[in-house]
Amino acid sequence: MNTPLDNIRTVFPNADVWTQRQGLYHMSIPKEQLVALVTHLKEVEGYLHLVQLTAVDWIEKNLFQLTYILNNPIKKIDVMVKTFIPRDNPTMETIHHLWEQAATYQRELREMFGINFPGSPRVDKPFILEGWDDIPPYRRDFDTKKYAEETYFPRPGRETNDPKEYMKKKLYPDEI
Amino acid sequence: MSKSDLEKRTVMSPDGEPIEINPLQDYFCDARPKVHEPVLPIFEKFLNWARSESLWVLGFGTGCGAIEMRPLMTPRFDAYRFGIQWRPTPRQSSVFIISGYLSVKTLKRVIRSYEQMQNPKFVIALGSCTINGGMYWDSYNTIKRLDHYLPVDVYIAGCMPRPEAILAGFEKLKELIREGKGEGANLYAQNFDWYKANQKKIIKDWDMPDYNW
Repeated sequence: MNTPLDNIRTVFPNADVWTQRQGLYHMSIPKEQLVALVTHLKEVEGYLHLVQLTAVDWIEKNLFQLTYILNNPIKKIDVMVKTFIPRDNPTMETIHHLWEQAATYQRELREMFGINFPGSPRVDKPFILEGWDDIPPYRRDFDTKKYAEETYFPRPGRETNDPKEYMKKKLYPDEI
Repeated sequence: MSKSDLEKRTVMSPDGEPIEINPLQDYFCDARPKVHEPVLPIFEKFLNWARSESLWVLGFGTGCGAIEMRPLMTPRFDAYRFGIQWRPTPRQSSVFIISGYLSVKTLKRVIRSYEQMQNPKFVIALGSCTINGGMYWDSYNTIKRLDHYLPVDVYIAGCMPRPEAILAGFEKLKELIREGKGEGANLYAQNFDWYKANQKKIIKDWDMPDYNW
């Protein structure tokens, strides 16, 4: 099939490219070549807009999936670039030199998933969790419900009255 | 202000002399809050009436419920006719509306703002999130019970309460104040250690003075 991404296959033979629908394409690439691929997409193919940088926790495979969503504003094409990094001591190359706003995404990923991006500006500063000392909360082995119940003083449920018993007690207190 | 501004450091005075400063001690008051005993009952009754008729609200929207406070300022609901108005700074306010969910990061700012308000001060908690966590009941970063961190005078249940409900809540608060039950600030001073222990349990990077008015 002739897609706008045909020359990606020739430039990056390691990249696994597939089509979801017209104007939405996926590609998966090893971690080491990801920055090269993203740079190529921005500088050569015209994907100028970083829509989102996010992560998925594949705890069964012991992997984190990083997804970079890029957009070509002229051809109206979205591309989702995926890569997998190991879950133990996860580290990834930063892309803040391509898009400045990536530093914010990377700071959030550092806090919520514990993925480190060495060299990214202010990546170690707390983002919304100030003074967090547990494992990063978006990891799937973090039990949010248990943490919330232990930390935030849950209110015991209210007492409910069975209407039948309640009215019996109220109207005929002597008969009970 | 960043965290590094609160660290001990040596600065040069205009005369060229080095001065050691410790901002947490030098710039903030660390005295404990005091319980204010009521004066003569008949005079206190008059004061309470005056307080209830002039509720100045701190314009600090902590959560999504802040959107319901905007219509109160418009001609349709017009809270100003009840003597309620919004102020930009805690120093001028007497009512703190906690409007919805509170994340831990916001709670820290809320405590600082509450402690900067002048006595007597009242807290209205808006929405079910302040009562038991609401839809954030299993969130890792949202508090469940506001009354463990601040003394609450009136709860307005709902998600979100309509502006009419908020006006009804203000009427209830006025009633309580007139009856002399708006004692939140004294309650906070009496149980200061308990409140501080609860606050410090969840605010783990406590980098402000214990009491900072």
